[in-house]
Amino acid sequence: MSSHPGSHEDMSEENLPSERSDAHDGAVAVAEDPFADPGLPPHQPRRQDIDERAARRSERAVAFMFTLSMVATLGFIAAYSLIPPSKIVYIFPFGHVSALNFSLGWSLGVALFCIGAGAVHWARTLMSDVEMPQERHPIEAEPEVKQKVLADFRQGASESQFGRRKLIRNTMFGALAMVPLAGVVLLRDLGPMPGTSLRHTAWRKGMQLINVNTNLPLRPEDVGVGSLTFAQPPGLNDNSDDYDDVIAKAALMIVRLKPEDIKDKREADWGHEGIVAFSKICTHVGCPISLYEQQTHHVLCPCHQSTFDLSDGGRVIFGPAGHALPQLRISVNDKGYLEALGDFTEPVGPSFWERG
Amino acid sequence: MSTTNHATDDASAPRGKAPAGERLADWADGRLGVYSLAKANMRKIFPDHWSFMLGEICLYSFMIIIMTGVYLTLFFHPSMNEVTYSGPYVPLQGIRMSEAFNSTMNISFEVRGGLLIRQIHHWSAVVFIAGMFVHMMRVFFTGAFRKPREVNWMFGFLLFVLGMFTGFTGYSLPDDLLSGTGVRFMEGAILSVPIVGTYLSFFLFGGQFPGHDFVARFYTIHILLLPGIMAGLLVAHLILVFYHKHTQFPGPGRTEKNVVGMPLMPVYMAKAGGFFFLVFGVIAAVAAVASINPIWEFGPYRPDQVSTGAQPDWYMGMAEGLIRAMPGWEINFWGHTLQLGVFIPLVLFGVVLAVMALWPFIESWVTGDKSEHHLADRPRNAPTRTAFGAAWVAWYMVLLLGGGNDIAATHFHLSINAVTWFVRISFFVIPVLTFVATKRICMGLQRRDKDKVLHGRETGVIKRLPHGEFVEVHAPLDQGQMYTLTQHVQHQPFELGEEVDENGVRRKAGPVTKLRSKLSQGMYGEGSQIPKPTAEEHAEITSGHGHH
Ligand code: HEM
Ligand code: FES
Repeated sequence: MSSHPGSHEDMSEENLPSERSDAHDGAVAVAEDPFADPGLPPHQPRRQDIDERAARRSERAVAFMFTLSMVATLGFIAAYSLIPPSKIVYIFPFGHVSALNFSLGWSLGVALFCIGAGAVHWARTLMSDVEMPQERHPIEAEPEVKQKVLADFRQGASESQFGRRKLIRNTMFGALAMVPLAGVVLLRDLGPMPGTSLRHTAWRKGMQLINVNTNLPLRPEDVGVGSLTFAQPPGLNDNSDDYDDVIAKAALMIVRLKPEDIKDKREADWGHEGIVAFSKICTHVGCPISLYEQQTHHVLCPCHQSTFDLSDGGRVIFGPAGHALPQLRISVNDKGYLEALGDFTEPVGPSFWERG
Repeated sequence: MSTTNHATDDASAPRGKAPAGERLADWADGRLGVYSLAKANMRKIFPDHWSFMLGEICLYSFMIIIMTGVYLTLFFHPSMNEVTYSGPYVPLQGIRMSEAFNSTMNISFEVRGGLLIRQIHHWSAVVFIAGMFVHMMRVFFTGAFRKPREVNWMFGFLLFVLGMFTGFTGYSLPDDLLSGTGVRFMEGAILSVPIVGTYLSFFLFGGQFPGHDFVARFYTIHILLLPGIMAGLLVAHLILVFYHKHTQFPGPGRTEKNVVGMPLMPVYMAKAGGFFFLVFGVIAAVAAVASINPIWEFGPYRPDQVSTGAQPDWYMGMAEGLIRAMPGWEINFWGHTLQLGVFIPLVLFGVVLAVMALWPFIESWVTGDKSEHHLADRPRNAPTRTAFGAAWVAWYMVLLLGGGNDIAATHFHLSINAVTWFVRISFFVIPVLTFVATKRICMGLQRRDKDKVLHGRETGVIKRLPHGEFVEVHAPLDQGQMYTLTQHVQHQPFELGEEVDENGVRRKAGPVTKLRSKLSQGMYGEGSQIPKPTAEEHAEITSGHGHH
């Protein structure tokens, strides 16, 4: 429970010392309470209140700022009409900036700021700065008001016979509870059911690995040591409408390791003479992986720094990703091109509840 | 010679007409009751303190956001249809991009002033959310959330949370490489929700990520749904500020029962109205020189590409820090996967915010205080609350740092690994250290206040006493200062005691009551506040002093 030690709390409503001394007879003689509220200090006049010359100076300063604002607005209009959007200028210390953006921004900024500065200066130097108290009133209603409201409510409720006619009440609740279902049902067509779509990518047995940069099928010789090569399934046109949806799952990164460096037997089996293909989509929340460290064969996701070891089955060695990068089984077809031996055997990208 | 026949409308009107302004006001009063409204509000008193302008900054940046946002809708195309860029920005010519990205390029390079408005819009959003954060801290540390303002605290808190989501959806609209990465992050986070995550993701994106719908859907959310709710909350927030009247800092003549300051008309109209222009002017100048979100440098979004050093806007940094610091826990069972490494951060994001939102209710439950509070607490006089708030801010800052762990690592030449472990440990340790340190500082300040009241303030003047000792001269405080330093209420800890009912049977306190008593001891017990000086102490010391 709160307590109010020190009785000066209780007399806070009176600000004026004269009132106070006769209000609290007995409790603590106020003259002896060194901590009593002395009330509002008297107002200290400002320069401008007593010296008309100072007041005139303030007036001129305010008017100057308002005038400057008008000039700046004209500057804004002039800049808008005269400066082409493509013009780039060098302005110290900002560097190369768009001349239009720079001049519009500054003129608008000055036009607005000067209105504000003028108004505030006016308020601070010329308008009365006498502080005055205003009373607060409790937020809670008086007990009589509360009683009246409760009585009114009871009367209204009983006139409606809401409490007595249970059948009406229950069916009304039922109807009100059910009608929002219409709205919920309407949301069904926001999207298709997931089905198994997250488990598959566009990769199929026999598809050649197409270099994303050159758009040509990759041969083993094209995959150099020490760099990432990015590949996609054949027949993808990056102007097609579903390109993003396909590449979001099928994006592949290919590296060449020395076969003896590969620590994971399955990984070696699923590659071709040290060339291995992993999903490029991070298993954390799905950023594309882009950084490769040649000595260690680690790849790093730039989003939250998950690090995967491509010489050890794509295992996570650091960071927030929860499982290894999926590997795509590849081989070389009779024409000498790298090809997929099927789809990924597990879902690529971030985990989801049904992944298992 | 005006020969209007108005006068005949109202037989009782005095001869000669009232000024036009008054006649207009009469007209409005007859329909809207403006005189009664103005009577209550025109000369309403507002207390003055720099920290009371923080809320105004939020209000004004919100208004700027709405104005500039409406302008942007005139040119932006919320569509994910693919087009090929053929605008004036050479490096992207011939590149495939969505219409959303293309129209943002158009606003930035071809619409005159479009870039300025875009940058003002984005800068105001950053200021808006930063402003809310600081405003919320001001309200917290001064205890301005206490009765009767708890509801307004919740309104404010909702505005803060909605502000973050509005910012996030807006950030995603241009469909550039940076924001697309953020959207992918969000999709991954939704997928991690147990049982319904996959469905939620498919329904939000209209199918698999990225699909063709999210820009248009985020657009509706960003320009209509969230701002609409926020505008409503904001009006409610301000009505309550008016209705409760503003809190004020304690001082001579300033009590729980009054509000001391200057009237709305003219001083506050001029100051607050002027302040709007100041805020707008500063943001416009910033937008003139500081580029923000230069999407042409990132390029359009492609799910298989990424820009390194991807960073969200600052207000999402906390979520980013959580997700970066979390170890990659993933559990597989019965054919299901629980990706705790993403799901726990998602939950913690809510928890970190909720802890702050609920504090007022926890505090009032512990104190059992049912009275209204209109005097702002000096933070030192509520050491436990202040320490809690500081610990929360420290927690938030640790996560912000975690969100930029790669930047921190390169900047300080540390390994990412080291920074991440630092964040993981700090997540638990720093708040505790901050709590303890802040509480001690508050106690120290309380002790100093007490000394000042009893012994006066140090003057820096050294005097030599007749017997050779050197002492510093202390000047007694004036009564106003003494009142300011002693006016606060000190809660007594809530004691369990031996509760005996009227039949003399001992009632055992339930676990909830026990918890409350424990917390109350922690918050108001001996170790948590310095008893205020009493008039007797003061009398004793001052009478002793005078007679050296
Ligand atoms: C859209 C965002 C917001 C706007 C426009 C806004 C605006 C304002 C304004 C103009 C005031 C009066 C001046 C002041 O005390 O600074 C105020 C007071 C207040 N605000 Fe906010 N605010 C916002 C967000 C918040 C947040 C995030 C919180 C806390 C969770 C909050 C809690 C409060 C409370 C409790 C008061 C009353 C303070 C008092 O009377 O001392 N507001 N707000
Ligand atoms: S998405 Fe790769 S680490 Fe988060």
